[in-house]
Amino acid sequence: MAVLNSKIPEGNISEKWTNHKFNMKLVNPANKRKYDIIVVGTGLAGASAAATLAELGYNVHAYTFHDSARRAHSIAAQGGINAAKNYQNDGDSVYRLFYDTVKGGDFRAREANVHRLAEVSNNIIDQCVAQGVPFAREYGGLLDNRSFGGAQVSRTFYARGQTGQQLLLGAYSAMNRQVGLGKIKLHTRKEMVELVVVNGKAAGIITRDLVSGAIEKHSAHAVVLATGGYANVYFLSTNAMNCNVTAIWRAHKKGAYFANPCYTQIHPTCLPVHGEHQSKLTLMSESLRNDGRVWVSKKKNDMRAPADIPEDERDYYLERKYPSFGNLSPRDISSRSAKEVVDEGRGVKGGEAVYLDFEDAIKRLGKKAIEEKYGNLFEMYETITGENPYTVPMQIYPAPHYTMGGLWVDYNLMSNLPGLFVLGEANFSDHGANRLGASALMQGLADGYFVIPYTIGNYLVADKPEKHSTDHKEFEEASNSIKEITAKLLSTNGDKTVDEIHKKLGRIMWNKVGMARNEKGLNEAINEIAELRDEFWKSVKVTGQAEELNQNLERAGRVADYLELGELMARDALNRKESCGGHFREEYQTEEGEALRDDENFTHVAAWEFEKAGKWNRHTEELNFEYVKLATRSYK
Amino acid sequence: MSAENLKLKLKIWRQKGPNSAGSFSKYEVAVSPDTSFLEMLDELNDSLERKGEIPIAFESDCREGICGACGLVINGQPHGPVPLITTCQLHMRNFKNGDTIWIEPFRAKAFPVLKDLMVDRTGFEKIQQAGGFISINTGGVPDANEIAIPKDISSLAMDAAACIGCGACVAACKNASAMLFVSAKVSQYALLPQGQPERYERVQKMVKVMDEQGFGSCTNTYACEAECPKGISVTNIARMNRDYMKAKIISKNVEV
Ligand SMILES: Cc1cc2nc3c(=O)[nH]c(=O)nc-3n(C[C@H](O)[C@H](O)[C@H](O)COP(=O)(O)OP(=O)(O)OC[C@H]3O[C@@H](n4cnc5c(N)ncnc54)[C@H](O)[C@@H]3O)c2cc1C
Ligand code: FES
Repeated sequence: MAVLNSKIPEGNISEKWTNHKFNMKLVNPANKRKYDIIVVGTGLAGASAAATLAELGYNVHAYTFHDSARRAHSIAAQGGINAAKNYQNDGDSVYRLFYDTVKGGDFRAREANVHRLAEVSNNIIDQCVAQGVPFAREYGGLLDNRSFGGAQVSRTFYARGQTGQQLLLGAYSAMNRQVGLGKIKLHTRKEMVELVVVNGKAAGIITRDLVSGAIEKHSAHAVVLATGGYANVYFLSTNAMNCNVTAIWRAHKKGAYFANPCYTQIHPTCLPVHGEHQSKLTLMSESLRNDGRVWVSKKKNDMRAPADIPEDERDYYLERKYPSFGNLSPRDISSRSAKEVVDEGRGVKGGEAVYLDFEDAIKRLGKKAIEEKYGNLFEMYETITGENPYTVPMQIYPAPHYTMGGLWVDYNLMSNLPGLFVLGEANFSDHGANRLGASALMQGLADGYFVIPYTIGNYLVADKPEKHSTDHKEFEEASNSIKEITAKLLSTNGDKTVDEIHKKLGRIMWNKVGMARNEKGLNEAINEIAELRDEFWKSVKVTGQAEELNQNLERAGRVADYLELGELMARDALNRKESCGGHFREEYQTEEGEALRDDENFTHVAAWEFEKAGKWNRHTEELNFEYVKLATRSYK
Repeated sequence: MSAENLKLKLKIWRQKGPNSAGSFSKYEVAVSPDTSFLEMLDELNDSLERKGEIPIAFESDCREGICGACGLVINGQPHGPVPLITTCQLHMRNFKNGDTIWIEPFRAKAFPVLKDLMVDRTGFEKIQQAGGFISINTGGVPDANEIAIPKDISSLAMDAAACIGCGACVAACKNASAMLFVSAKVSQYALLPQGQPERYERVQKMVKVMDEQGFGSCTNTYACEAECPKGISVTNIARMNRDYMKAKIISKNVEV
């Protein structure tokens, strides 16, 4: 088994990052322009990294499959971003944010990374305000905050229900400035389809031009992947339609370890599924749980309209079970509780939904106040469902939302492949087995603005990577293998559409590798996914040509990767014989049905090495909890 | 919810590439009123793929009205008949059984068609790259609460910043003007204290590139505001015009 060196610096937790910044080697300012860095992805993590690296003087080549950097999935984040500013004077601090995040992650994240995240959180807010991000303000003109799940302080900064949009447009503007100055070369509508490794180091990428179909080779001194999460493996998720695992999956197949693939976040407040042809699920921001109360009927299959169910026949189950956090309990707990009541037959009209009710809040604060806080979310709800949430309670149900797993990285955000750095949702590093709300935006920007600019310099000086010619045989081979796969997809000419197979995979994943998992189901999933993968390669039908704009082909390539990833997720879930955070194994629970961790055997990261589809090797990195003592997570 | 399926006739613009001639193709579909407009196209595409035919190219990503990727002209209106929403938020319950629906790409000289319903909006990017930013680097900035900003000013800036860059304003305008798009960004920064140092230089740079990219001029018809899915107001255009005039007066020799 390989030894995974996390490279956590020595010293007290609060000094590690400061000391490390001092100890790392610096690149002489005049030398920075001699280095080329590839950044794949222009979401919060990628755009902030690209802009900052360019400001420092590196030559940055940024890639996105979107037509504009502004369309990255980060744009859709609604609720907010955390920081330990303690502007509300309610007892927040860097240490408390660190503590809440470690606990929220159910003690499966690296302490040192989380502390660094909490430390730089405050710089992020300063940076964004200076860029002109119009955060919500109070009447006195200072910044406003709200609360999110898993915290008892108000530390979430927001811009109406469009926080991700405003933060991304901020990072995008910083990036645009560098594009204008010629320090970033921006390549839009290019999909990374392969990582190129030369002598064990990341040396470049292969892309497909999504307009012409051309396969192109790009070389650099280092490669940064900031390509987002893979919740679309479930087909239905809150992620944007084009989010996919391809970039990190192809890197995984070239040797990068995949860490904790089974840690997925099922978000408690999404719109319920309405029909066969649905293409995605819509998130209703968790911030709604500040004022909305979650309930179901005490009776099974209660067909009455919500208004006809009297107060004493309602079960406000989160408030009942978790009195101190109530409706703001963390996501994994809230989602599982919803599944429990639905499994008991107490969902809305016996179906898969629970109520999120604003009646009390409207009585207490007035309709106007609620409108000001959540107006656009309420409108969105009405547009989609045709129902008015000011008068009828919303119906919600959990849906796949975020993936805590991702490529394994050390403290410097470098994978086990030297020269390959991974940022944002694409890495595994900071959220353990469950991410707290408003922490993904924080992590993406922390990685991009404040971590990678330091750590990449150290790599360039210490490892002295060269930039290879794209005529190098590794580039040739990588590019040829992509052309072969493309030809295979286009020539199979079977009778199953790509979406049809993706939907089948999604159902297996949701039923057996979803909110609750067990040994039998996971074993079945592993077999079923392997069979589906065979079916895909034998009978998929992909229309059109390789060298043209071909969205069918794009989707086919992504689904091919999901069909391998899905199996690995099931294998990881099967091997982790405990329940923690978003990973709930039915065999491992307390009498009250809470997740039961096995700290003795599983206080580690599982990092998987790819051998071939269906065959992986499991490596581990031990986690040490020196500051936040391992304890049963309680929100009661 | 779901009532009976709607039977619809679709006339969809098909065009192989930027240099090919396009034309409308006819399709017939039956969909649930609860599906979204784009889900209807997904279904149609799935049935085309099944027959070995080339699916209709169109763009979308978030399907929540925020990324700005989607954008179709539906029965002559950018983003369709319902005000203040994007194409991806439009649901079939807004149509009647038996309707014929005409579906086209955004049309403007500055937005060439790439294929079918997909257009190239790179022109917008060039404008942003010319000046849509505040020139600061990462690090070394003041504390976020150092400068208080009145709530109403911040809120006005947010109204302008809500633009999703979809291009419906350009598609709606008979001159294919990008004034609403550009003025939204210019206004956001012009309203905020952080945007003041470069205020007049910025507006000149952005307007210059806007003209170079082949967008038309504004003749105050306000079609843009009417079709904007985010309700961006034309008062932003007035604000930009004022700043632009003032910039001409005060800038002596700003090279833009
Ligand atoms: C609906 C929704 C709401 C959310 N709300 C919140 C919130 O309120 N607070 C919070 O903290 N978090 C929230 N999250 C989570 C958060 O938005 C994401 O985790 C985060 O934005 C991810 O950022 P990223 O930069 O890692 O990736 P993304 O923003 O997903 O960016 C990925 C980038 O990579 C590019 N890319 C991917 N693959 C390739 C490839 N093969 N080739 C080329 N380019 C590629 C894409 O084009 C894109 O530019 C929300 C998530 C969802 C789904
Ligand atoms: S798909 Fe994002 S706005 Fe319509």
